[in-house]
Amino acid sequence: MVSHNYLLTVLTFFPLMGTFALLLLSGDDHVWIRRFTLFASVIEFIMSLFLLRGFDLATPSYQFEEVYNWIPSLHIHYHMGVDGISLFLVLLTTFLTPLAVLCSWNSIHEHVKEFFAMLLVLEMGMVGVFCALDLFLFFVFWEVMLIPMYFLIGVWGHGRKIYAALKFILYTMLGSILMLVAILWLYRLTSAAGNPTFDLPAIQAMLSSGQISLPWRSELLLFLAFFLAFAIKVPLFPLHTWLPDAHTEAPTAGSVILAGVLLKMGTYGMLRFCLPLFPTAAHRAAPVIATLAIIGIIYAALVAMVQTNLKRLVAYTSVSHLGFVVLGIFVFNSTAMEGAIYQMLNHGVSTGMLFLVCGMIYDRRHTYEFSELGGLAKPMPVLCAFFLFACLSSLALPILNGFIGEFMILIGTFHHHPGWAAWAATGAILSAVYLLWAYQRVALEKVTVAKNENLPDASPRERLILIAASVVILFMGVASPLFTHRMDATTNALLQQVQTTASYESHTRHAAPKSARASAPGAPSHELAMRAVTLTSERRTQP
Amino acid sequence: MFPPLQDLYRIAPEIVLCAAGMLIMVIDPFVAAGHKRSMGWLGFAGTLIALASLRWAAMNTGPAYSGLLRMDMFSLFVHGIVISVAALAILGSFDYLDREGIQRGEYYALILFATAGMGILASANELITAFIGLEMSSISTYILAGFRRNVLKSNESSLKYFLLGSFATAFFLYGIALTYGATRSTRFDVINQAIANHGTGTLLILGLGLIFVGLGFKVVAAPFQIYTPDVYEGAPTPVTAILACGPKAAAFAVMLRIFYSAFGNASHVWFWAIWVSAVLTMCIGNFAALVQTNVKRLLAYSSIAHAGYILVAFVAASQMGAAAVLFYLAAYAAMTLGAFLIVAHVGGTGEQRLNISDYAGLGTRHPWIAACFALFLFSLLGLPATAGFLGKFYAFQAALDQRIVWLVVIAAINSVIGAYYYLKVVVAMYFNEPNKEWAPTPMHAPMFIVLLITASATIYLGILPNRLMEFAIASARSLR
Repeated sequence: MVSHNYLLTVLTFFPLMGTFALLLLSGDDHVWIRRFTLFASVIEFIMSLFLLRGFDLATPSYQFEEVYNWIPSLHIHYHMGVDGISLFLVLLTTFLTPLAVLCSWNSIHEHVKEFFAMLLVLEMGMVGVFCALDLFLFFVFWEVMLIPMYFLIGVWGHGRKIYAALKFILYTMLGSILMLVAILWLYRLTSAAGNPTFDLPAIQAMLSSGQISLPWRSELLLFLAFFLAFAIKVPLFPLHTWLPDAHTEAPTAGSVILAGVLLKMGTYGMLRFCLPLFPTAAHRAAPVIATLAIIGIIYAALVAMVQTNLKRLVAYTSVSHLGFVVLGIFVFNSTAMEGAIYQMLNHGVSTGMLFLVCGMIYDRRHTYEFSELGGLAKPMPVLCAFFLFACLSSLALPILNGFIGEFMILIGTFHHHPGWAAWAATGAILSAVYLLWAYQRVALEKVTVAKNENLPDASPRERLILIAASVVILFMGVASPLFTHRMDATTNALLQQVQTTASYESHTRHAAPKSARASAPGAPSHELAMRAVTLTSERRTQP
Repeated sequence: MFPPLQDLYRIAPEIVLCAAGMLIMVIDPFVAAGHKRSMGWLGFAGTLIALASLRWAAMNTGPAYSGLLRMDMFSLFVHGIVISVAALAILGSFDYLDREGIQRGEYYALILFATAGMGILASANELITAFIGLEMSSISTYILAGFRRNVLKSNESSLKYFLLGSFATAFFLYGIALTYGATRSTRFDVINQAIANHGTGTLLILGLGLIFVGLGFKVVAAPFQIYTPDVYEGAPTPVTAILACGPKAAAFAVMLRIFYSAFGNASHVWFWAIWVSAVLTMCIGNFAALVQTNVKRLLAYSSIAHAGYILVAFVAASQMGAAAVLFYLAAYAAMTLGAFLIVAHVGGTGEQRLNISDYAGLGTRHPWIAACFALFLFSLLGLPATAGFLGKFYAFQAALDQRIVWLVVIAAINSVIGAYYYLKVVVAMYFNEPNKEWAPTPMHAPMFIVLLITASATIYLGILPNRLMEFAIASARSLR
């Protein structure tokens, strides 16, 4: 493990070094700028794979930890570490960034150097968010990351890009500023307890050991302040309006990163902060949050169905799918929670791939309107085949990745709240409707617009991108235990913590009567189904 | 009787600044019109020597002139800010004054005198001394605001500043009189003792209120902020830069001394006044800035809003609050000075390009200037890894530490509102196409150095703020 001492720091700041190196290149040398960025991001990905090798399956605690004093007068530390939740999110980030670089190969013509520099800065921010274990450090990465995204949308986007960029950044800032107040309030509590710190594990320990006692009202307020920031990022149903605009107007690389990684930061934040720090409030708020998530799942699916713009449709699918993730988190059940984490990864890859395909179509036709597309399978059979593959993955076809995640979430939810699961499942059906219908309108039928007759099929570069994404999708579909194994320890520890701290809550409220109703017919079939799906049996016994 | 040598050490910076100012006034008539810039270099040297003399003063801390002044860590901190602001502003003024054809020796001399006044404010240990410092800095800045004599707006600015400023200082003086009447002293420590012994009577509260009016004017706290946009807009931009950083820092310093040291025992009296004023200041500054199209006015309103954030820390009435105010003042000085000097540079001859639309496409035309400006704007906005964020962070923390929750929530929401107008300028610089061509103004070495220093200070304080923070904490500790 000695060699891994600085791995997270290297992973976080390597892209920044890449940015500085990039700035030294001449701005006109587009070829080398692209090659260099690709090289840097691939190296970053390879380095991130070392995380897998050194990762210890058995322990739920943070690994690859680094702690240094940063601002001693405020007790701020530079504390990095990953666990089973963040491990794969880091990998997802480092995997999607090279794809984003590749897909921008020929579609960015202006300010090429600045574009790739922004991408690398963005990567630094994203990796930093997932690794930071100090609340201050986390907040720094969380906010700093907004700026490159803001520029990506505003400078290289299309259509109403300025409106979309401003909306994106103001929405996110509004959420996060209240989180900052909550962070400071937590700090005040720790200093009142005699050990002022911003360190997440320390605060967590102080909260669960009762060193800091939170009155019920302030716990709820703190929970809401954190939750609002994350819910906007996810985005949860009534807060989602920034997303379609940002997604639609962003350049392809921006959309891929936005959908693939940025949205996950919201759900990641819920797992990392909301649940372990404020378990009671989380339990009490869970019915409301789950309801909003279910409304989001169905509402966004319905809205997606009537879109006339392919990219906007894909954007709405994100709202719907992330609703599943939020639902999976807030049923407090290890199957559903692992499903949620898994679905975060799935969604990153599948929706990322959908946006990549959208981008490739846009590169050829400069439009996302369905009326301008149609019958594209004839001129571009390969591209459309991959498009179908991405759609199937996104609508959760068995043996592809999306199925596992969604299924685990639904089964876990069903165990406690069959009603919720039933409603959420309609979203899964609707997703088949809108995605296949979208595919039909884009790829099948007759070529309606003359321009579409002679479009070139996927180039080798594009095939490389799509194959890479497809391989991962298929791999995640058949080899899910490789992933879920690594999440087990963390998820169980997290749930245990949430449950023990808030146990009286869950018993008195909803869990007891409903699970009694559900478990009798539900549990055996659930157990069977899990065996079939994940090829693992013993470790998933219900708590 | 000649004062003891130590007393001279304790006002060494002021002596140096005034001496340099007078030297400039004396030499100026003998310098040919084309070589007036050398007066600027003389002034710059004066500020550097004054900075160096701080070290002298630092080795001889303590009260001077039978307790009229007090050279302590706190005073050193504020001296550091105001003298650095003066030094950088002098460097940043060279090109501007040449362009406007008002390159004259008095300009630099007045900056030095104003800075000396601010220095006295920073070390004042007694109300009359504070008044002298206030007048010294004010009168010099009144003249500086009208330095573009041929421009109507500059005249308006100067006159407005002078008339309203005179009113404000009159209020201040009244406040002093009433306080003296109530406590039989103008010394801070004696006032503090008197309040501890006899409590606060009506007379004293009235006096405190009038003092707040006078100082509120100088720190641009609502409802005394009305003059700010017009004065800031009309004054020559480098002078605006000084106005926004220097006098504000000094006035906040003396306000800290008066409210924390002299009226520390009466904090229950002024708590709500400052609380309300902070809310008003933030809201007025931010909401008015939303609709501005002139960058200089926008930054003027933003400086009102920032005074509000500083007041949030001020309300805390704790040692941490004082440290947060000091840190914020330093961070704010770095970013605001840089931002205003860029406005001066981009404005060109006659300050003709001040609209946000004039900044369109600056990102491609002058990438480095635009990058610096964006950095300052992001810092003013409070983005992490910049000085502005740490300032806000510290201020909010100080207030929360005293369980002042709602004010912090209001401040936090305000800072998001503020984000909109700062980003509006960034949008113009980077997302909009340049709408008209102009020959790029050449950037000379002095201006370049100023931008380099302010930009690196903004980043440095954002990433490694610990040193300054410890200094601020030590200064706050020396306050009582």
